[in-house]
Amino acid sequence: MWAEFSLTHAWLIPLLPALAFVLISFFLLSSPWLASRLAIAAMGSSFILALGAAAAVLTQGITVEAPFVMKTVWFSMPGLSVDMGVLVDPIAATLLFVVTLITLLVLIYSTGYMAGDPGYCRFFAFISLFAASMLGLVIATNFLQMFVFWELVGLCSYLLIGFYFFKVSAREAGKKAFMTTRIGDFGLLLGILLLQITFRTLDFAELAVKVPAYVAENGAASLTFIAILIFIGPVAKSGQFPLHVWLPDAMEGPTPVSALIHAATMVVAGVYLIARSFAIFSVLPGALTVIAWLGVFTALFAAFIALTQREIKRILAFSTISQLGFMMLALGVGSLTSSMFHLMTHAFFKALLFLGAGSVLHALHDQADIFQMGGLRKSMPATCLMMGTAVLAIAGIPPFAGFFSKDEILVAAAHVSTPIYLLASLAAFMTAFYMARLFILTFLGKPNPHNHPHESGLAMLVPMGVLAVLSVVGGIIPFAMGFGEWVRFGPAHHAGIDWAVAGASTVISLLGFALAWYIYGGGHTRSNDLTIKTGALYTWSFNKCYVDEIYQWFNRTFVGGLARLSFWIDIHALGAVVDNAWRGTGAAGSEMRRLQTGQMQQYAAVMLSATVVLVILLAALTGSLVKGGQI
Amino acid sequence: MGDGLMHTLAFYFLAGITLAAATGVVFKRNLVHSAFLLSVTFLGVAGLYMTLEAEFLAAVQALVYSGAVAVLVVIGVMLTHRDDMSKSNPPNKMVVAGAGAALAIVGVLVWAVVATPWKTGRGAVVSVADIGRRFLTDFAPPFEAVALLLLAAVIGAVVLFKGGKVQS
Amino acid sequence: MIGLSHYLLVSAALFGLGLFGLLTKRNLIAVLMSIELMLNSVNINLVAFSRYTAADASAGQVFSLFIIAVAAAEVAVGLALAYAIYRGRGTVSVDEIDWLKW
Repeated sequence: MWAEFSLTHAWLIPLLPALAFVLISFFLLSSPWLASRLAIAAMGSSFILALGAAAAVLTQGITVEAPFVMKTVWFSMPGLSVDMGVLVDPIAATLLFVVTLITLLVLIYSTGYMAGDPGYCRFFAFISLFAASMLGLVIATNFLQMFVFWELVGLCSYLLIGFYFFKVSAREAGKKAFMTTRIGDFGLLLGILLLQITFRTLDFAELAVKVPAYVAENGAASLTFIAILIFIGPVAKSGQFPLHVWLPDAMEGPTPVSALIHAATMVVAGVYLIARSFAIFSVLPGALTVIAWLGVFTALFAAFIALTQREIKRILAFSTISQLGFMMLALGVGSLTSSMFHLMTHAFFKALLFLGAGSVLHALHDQADIFQMGGLRKSMPATCLMMGTAVLAIAGIPPFAGFFSKDEILVAAAHVSTPIYLLASLAAFMTAFYMARLFILTFLGKPNPHNHPHESGLAMLVPMGVLAVLSVVGGIIPFAMGFGEWVRFGPAHHAGIDWAVAGASTVISLLGFALAWYIYGGGHTRSNDLTIKTGALYTWSFNKCYVDEIYQWFNRTFVGGLARLSFWIDIHALGAVVDNAWRGTGAAGSEMRRLQTGQMQQYAAVMLSATVVLVILLAALTGSLVKGGQI
Repeated sequence: MGDGLMHTLAFYFLAGITLAAATGVVFKRNLVHSAFLLSVTFLGVAGLYMTLEAEFLAAVQALVYSGAVAVLVVIGVMLTHRDDMSKSNPPNKMVVAGAGAALAIVGVLVWAVVATPWKTGRGAVVSVADIGRRFLTDFAPPFEAVALLLLAAVIGAVVLFKGGKVQS
Repeated sequence: MIGLSHYLLVSAALFGLGLFGLLTKRNLIAVLMSIELMLNSVNINLVAFSRYTAADASAGQVFSLFIIAVAAAEVAVGLALAYAIYRGRGTVSVDEIDWLKW
């Protein structure tokens, strides 16, 4: 009953937060209590509906092959008909569950974290809008509908990164995010247009039928090109190299936003897009290879940068990029199950990490450098415990959530390509190392006397607690319940543990922990020594491999050069033409104005003479002055 | 006026007076002479109306033009010229050009009159009663409009003559 | 026998004289007089047509009366304008009334 209702009313899931956004932004901007409660109520209702939809998926035999679809024509014209509707299958249900849950928890957390902020109501309105867009994206039935929500999500990201718009850095970060993702959106849009031109449809279900047939007939070359274009969208949105640069800067937004958007939900939109259109990608081995290698490179690259960062949220941001790389890599090796699984567990523990970081920053009044922290375990025991859980989860220690999902990814990678597996394992080692580094420097060691930390309030601790529990059990329960039976592409995924891979990855993670403890556990001496010894490498990593600087240089040299060239052309070439045209007009005018004598009799003489000329002309043309003569 | 010879004589006589007087209006250097000759022209035209069997129109012409308009013009001359009148109506610098333009127009008109094969007949005799009836039936809207125009002209003339208020 | 053409030719001559005056007179009041001549020539045309053609005879005279009324109004306003200009500028010479130039 409840499940059935939720399924047929799945369109309410994005609509309720959208309604909350409208109500808050029009009526409740000056009533914080009501605004936050309304946002939470709308999100809670959506969460219950999402749970119902998930239950319906489990009980009513809705599978990837037979999804629940409800759609109507959005607009149509000759040669183009676009639907709008709701598509719920196990993949979408997973996302609905994750997004509504995390958003709900973040909203509750924010009532504490954002308390007293002048933009309190605006914050809740934006978060609601974001949730609505993300949920609309999840249940989209075709590429165009998805693209609309995709752009909305990008807008919300911009709004929330630039939330503290009075800070220059926040404004710049917002612009950077918007413009970087725009590159991806351009590629995605081109891909969508090419799909429409090639297949005359954008519907996921229809494409899933048409694409394999097309490949069997015409080969994969042109489609691989289209797929790569589409992939550019996720590259930007999900922070893959080389368009990852906006994600670390996105930490300028409020911490709950970082937790919600730039860690747990929005950035996985790209991963979800690939998963949703996996029927296209799965028949294109070239595209899959690109995705896999870009994913593993991103995972490694971001982990390498995260090793040396000092700001707590920046470390977590690069960690997010790295984990997104893992998800992409999983898709690239053809394992949709493990990608979605990791997406879900990552949402739990990364949201928890960010909320924990927010709690720490809240307590330390925005002291972000982890080397200035230390010893917080005494003053913030609950936060410390939950952060510890999350660190274990992300490092992949059994039986925490990350272990199961990361293990599945590594197994899938090992099946396909040994180099990818080895590189992914290296990234996992680095992950364990930098997470342990963060934890040790923040919570263990001697307290910094300049800090006066205090434990956060219940509104913040309760959502963290929920996430902590999920970080523990969020892996094993779905694993035991056969996650791969439902969320999959193609035949059901074998749900088992490859003990060799699992053991190796656990050992690798523990080694990472041990190394971190060895370097950072006993004061700062060893880490300083290491910094000096690895000089160039350290500087390279600390400066984020100079990607931003390269872009800056590119901008200055080529974009700026083009601008300067255009400026020169504008001034000296076009300007010359326009200026002289003006002079010509002016000269003509000053000559012509002599005709305007002000002598009315002259005007009358000219007018009458012209009349005579016209009459004679008319007579000459018609052959006679009068026609007929009949009066 | 149906009689052919009498009609012909009357026509030439009146046309001669009209055109001679009009020539005087245009060429006289004394503005007062021009004004009086204008009155003569109007009377000549009234006579031509008589030869066309439009007696009522002739009467109106004599009353309105020779009476009212000519008097108005003389008053206008009086108000604007207070010294010697002998050179009060000089031509401007474009006598030749003006003559050319006027002759061109006249040429076109004469050409049109001569070239057109007029199909003439005998129009119905128009009585004053006919005119009055038409004013109040077919032409009632323009009639009212003219009434309004005259009212506006009267008020406008008064306002203009009186001049704007002096700033105090 | 005097016919329509005779009247039309007289009218054309009168129109030409009026036009010449309109274009060449320096005095504003003389210009107004010339305009009156032209209006009269038009009236002669209308009445002549009404007399010599079979169609709707009274309409021609009615139109003439309209023109007379309009001409009267024109003279009244025109003279008032001339006087207003004279009061403001001390002249009624058309040559000097050229404020609408560049």
